[in-house]
Amino acid sequence: MNEQDSTEFGATAVRLDQGHIEGHGGIPERFANPGLPAHTPRMADLSDAGAKRAERQVVALFTLSILGTVAFLASYFLIGLDRTIFIPGIGEMGASNAALGVSMALTLLGIGFGAVHWAKTLMPDEEVVEMRHPLRSSDEARQAVVTTLTDGGEASQITRRPMIKYTLGGALGLMALPVIVPVVGGLAPWRSPAEELSLTFWDGGESTGGHAPTFKAMRLMRDPQNTPIKAEDVTIGSVFHVMPEGLLPDLETGEGGAKHQLEEKAKAAVLLMRLNPDDIKSQKERDWGYQGIVAYSKICTHVGCPVGLYEQQTHHLLCPCHQSTFDVTDDCKVIFGPAKRALPQLPITVDAEGYLVSKAPFAEPIGPSFWERD
Amino acid sequence: MNALAARRRHPAAIAILIMLGLILTGALYAAVAPRPADAGTASADTVEMGRGLFLANCASCHGTNAEGLKLGDGDRVAGPTLVGVGKAAVDFQMGTGRMPMTVPGVQAPRMDEIKFTEKEISAIGDYIASLAPGPNVPSEEAVDPTKGDAARGGSLFRVNCAMCHNSAGAGGALTRGKYAPSLSGVIPRHIYEAMETGPQNMPVFSDRNLSATDKRDIIAFLKTVENQPSPGGMTLGSLGPVAEGLFAWVFALGLLVACAIWLGKKAA
Repeated sequence: MNEQDSTEFGATAVRLDQGHIEGHGGIPERFANPGLPAHTPRMADLSDAGAKRAERQVVALFTLSILGTVAFLASYFLIGLDRTIFIPGIGEMGASNAALGVSMALTLLGIGFGAVHWAKTLMPDEEVVEMRHPLRSSDEARQAVVTTLTDGGEASQITRRPMIKYTLGGALGLMALPVIVPVVGGLAPWRSPAEELSLTFWDGGESTGGHAPTFKAMRLMRDPQNTPIKAEDVTIGSVFHVMPEGLLPDLETGEGGAKHQLEEKAKAAVLLMRLNPDDIKSQKERDWGYQGIVAYSKICTHVGCPVGLYEQQTHHLLCPCHQSTFDVTDDCKVIFGPAKRALPQLPITVDAEGYLVSKAPFAEPIGPSFWERD
Repeated sequence: MNALAARRRHPAAIAILIMLGLILTGALYAAVAPRPADAGTASADTVEMGRGLFLANCASCHGTNAEGLKLGDGDRVAGPTLVGVGKAAVDFQMGTGRMPMTVPGVQAPRMDEIKFTEKEISAIGDYIASLAPGPNVPSEEAVDPTKGDAARGGSLFRVNCAMCHNSAGAGGALTRGKYAPSLSGVIPRHIYEAMETGPQNMPVFSDRNLSATDKRDIIAFLKTVENQPSPGGMTLGSLGPVAEGLFAWVFALGLLVACAIWLGKKAA
């Protein structure tokens, strides 16, 4: 049966039950000590010409280093900073940078290679064998150490004056506390950043400090122009990068804006897109948007990168850090990548003047998970 | 004068007056009205020439009336409808060699070889623009990088464009084989048109989002970055820490390993 199988697949087919060699325990009782390998003399040891050549090589390397230093100093003073030079394989670059870099490399490598080459070719080439001895000290030496220590202890009077011993121990023991307390204290419940992480500027204003402001409807502002957006400005296929009203400073003067601007921006960033309402699969997404205009948090739920890569035909929203992909037609659910939760949606509507405003703050904390998050 | 005064009650007088008024208003309007920012003027001739070129080169995918073509297989569109995309879209897609596309794929790549002359592209643009209004080709002045504010353009670019196109405009990957192309070497007019029309998967940045001034500032920024000298030599594609890290790992560590091997070898 087996033979038939093997012929069927050709004579060269490998079988698992073939090719094993049974051992017979042919290991000798003792191995002979092979000894040290024979010493091979170097060229410099064998002939005076060889030694002379090695000497010339070392001298050349050290001279190269000297020339490098001279070239470095010369190019430091002579080559203007705005001069450029074309180097094949690298391209156009600053002539001063190129000259300083190359000459400094010659300076350092000349010394290093010269010293190593000198040591390898000309310095004594003796092979030394150091035998291994027992590590234990003699009994007399051990006794002497014990005597020295006890005598020293007596002389320091630590045994006669115990308060010194106790206070020293206490001081050393307590010294650990300043290191341990802040580490453990950072995990204490009253220091929890949960409130601060759960709030954004959309909750009604400054959220750093963790006290919830009262909600007010805020206009959606273009980032970084800081101008309000009308619903009719948002054409199908366009994408707006949005910050809440009052967060950004004036683009030209840099004045105004929130107090803790970077912290607030990192949490409040929103992406505004308009889809054909028929393309939207989620009723909640349609209800929280305005005529197909939807606003989603720009902060990835994985580790908090800005999710800004919107593809207007596929409606995929891609995070550049770890390729998490969100489906904008289906409430920004994750369709690929390491993110676990959908992006939170910001409910929006329009105010009396036709500008887009927030209807409510985010219903859940934005961004990545944290310890106390449900 | 007398003859005119005598006929002022003629029944035709009112009609003539209205005609004169209309002609005057029209002439005045034509003189002071803001001109659309276009490079050439569309005439019936160019539209007809464009239609001919369109039928010969584009209609096989986009349909004989630019209405778009669907394949029989579900909802797969062979070519999208071009009604309302405007002359700017045609100028961008054909002027950068993306269209006509040689093979269907996830994305039409930019080509060095442009298959049509400026005049032919303009004629096809006129034909497309004659179907429905759409964004027009911007004027020379609207895309002049020397008139823009590169610093302001930089802050606009970093928020609106850099996540796909990289902070130095070097481009980057998108999902499933699509990518944001490098912006280096693209002429200002095409950059403007891309923002205005949103080709392929790029979102649209209409004038209601990024105004004409904003767009010119962004062009000024891109041209500044492109022409910036690189005193440190190789930019490694301006791709940032990944390319630079790989370079250091391969070349710097390789050199160190070679030195270590040499140190450990016996001299001959």
